[in-house]
Amino acid sequence: MSKIFALAMVVIKELYRRKDFYVLFILTALITLLLGSINLFNDDKIVRYLKEVCLLLIWASSLVIAIVTTARQIPAERENRTIFPLLAKPVSRAQLVLGKFTGCWLTCGLALLIFYVFFCVVSGTHEHHWPLLNYFQALWLHWWMLAIVIALTLLGSLIFTASSSNSTIIFIVVIGILLLARHLGKVALQLLDPAQTIVYAVYMAIPHLEFFDVRDLIVHNGELIAWWAWGIATLYALGYSAFLLLLAWLVFRRKALN
Amino acid sequence: MASPYLLLTLLFVACFSLATRLQTWYQGWDGSRTQSSGVINILMGDSRRLFANHFFVKADIYFHSGYYPSIFDHAKLHESSSMTQTTITGEQHDHIANGRDHHAEEREGDFMGTPKDWVERFGRNFYISRHTHLESNGDEREILPWLRISADLDPQRVETYTVAAYWLRNRLGKVKEAEQFLREGLRANPQSYEILFELGRVAFENRKDSQVARNIWELALRRWREQEERKSKPDVFLHQQIVGHLAEVEEQAGNWDAAKKYLDELKKYSPSPLEIQKQIDNILQQHSLPSAPQPTSSRDSKLKN
Repeated sequence: MSKIFALAMVVIKELYRRKDFYVLFILTALITLLLGSINLFNDDKIVRYLKEVCLLLIWASSLVIAIVTTARQIPAERENRTIFPLLAKPVSRAQLVLGKFTGCWLTCGLALLIFYVFFCVVSGTHEHHWPLLNYFQALWLHWWMLAIVIALTLLGSLIFTASSSNSTIIFIVVIGILLLARHLGKVALQLLDPAQTIVYAVYMAIPHLEFFDVRDLIVHNGELIAWWAWGIATLYALGYSAFLLLLAWLVFRRKALN
Repeated sequence: MASPYLLLTLLFVACFSLATRLQTWYQGWDGSRTQSSGVINILMGDSRRLFANHFFVKADIYFHSGYYPSIFDHAKLHESSSMTQTTITGEQHDHIANGRDHHAEEREGDFMGTPKDWVERFGRNFYISRHTHLESNGDEREILPWLRISADLDPQRVETYTVAAYWLRNRLGKVKEAEQFLREGLRANPQSYEILFELGRVAFENRKDSQVARNIWELALRRWREQEERKSKPDVFLHQQIVGHLAEVEEQAGNWDAAKKYLDELKKYSPSPLEIQKQIDNILQQHSLPSAPQPTSSRDSKLKN
């Protein structure tokens, strides 16, 4: 366990050495604050558009941080040949995969925490309403969604040769799932067999990342998500992440490093 | 070899001279973009109309607090709506324009239906799955940013101005802002009788200035006639609104002849001409005006002959 955390700490240190997070956070803050300063029909109580744009930027930034940080982890170790002394420590390949995953996930958690604190302050000062439990649920689900994305990217980094191609493919897959997964079942039902069975099977098999996207509930001041549903969604993310990490380990176990 | 400083000065002087010559030519050149109406036009071209429509729909989504059919649900709704001969786009406009289409509202009330599988059933915990409207504590204001963006992207979309003005004026009590926005719309669409009609309502209902309202509505009626009268399917609804309001203004001002003239015109297109006739008869009786000759039915004329 200590080896896993030691590896994770290296990834976390990488976050504050690199400029990605700072640039994304400053951009998010700048755009949100600029939008917040616009005078719309002399009404300073209009806030939902601001919440929507801010959350959209947070989601985009978090996906960029998660995918780009994870995609370069193992390829960079191989390119710099630091993977050999690392595995000779001795650190097993399973520990390496888990360490990289934990590091990237905690890194995203830290970044998300800062983003959500900013969001909470911006919406609270405009709205004079502090639904902290709703924000906590949103942050938590967002973080667990990123766990699936990170595990998927880690698996991708072991399959695709270049980290850029891996990042691009994962971005397309994740955005596709977020936009279309909810409706795939309806599309499947309108098709004829065998297309219906195939699309329906895909619909059931893909990780439903849209469960974790509760932006609409936050923007429109929706009710608190039922805690049982929140808990099951967490278990769902845990299950998928574990499955993808296991798959990544199986691929990595047989992979030649040189 | 000349000094590099001399060369630099020579190049600078050449550039400066060329710039003074080219600048005047560029201003008069047909391909110059300096005459274009803004950065958005240059960057987006006609695609801005698509985005304007998107943001107009976004305002409607906000009005329904996020409970809104996606394009996949629209396909399903469209199948069912074909029975009642209504269109989705018409409904969208009606919603935020506050003209409730109750059939559409009923269908929308459960456009999700019963969940088809566990994914859908469980997923409903994480998005808005209850139908509510923004109709309390001034929450309606939340639709305004999207209407503002829609108007910026497509200033020729008249309904954006009229819809925004309705909410600003009627629900949020922002008469000045509504009037400003309508005037902005009128500058972009000087021939729009819809915007003129709304401006007339601002003058009549909020400013209580019947004289100004009458002038604006008369202009609106003129614009309507110029644009709609020749059409096979004219915009009858707005014609009735304009003429009806003009009749009301004239009645209030005691101009009975003018009021009667507008009511006669209103009767032409009205779905209930008998009601309008009653109103005309009332005016004639109360103010002892000479009644217009009643149109005789073909049966009566045959009997007379």
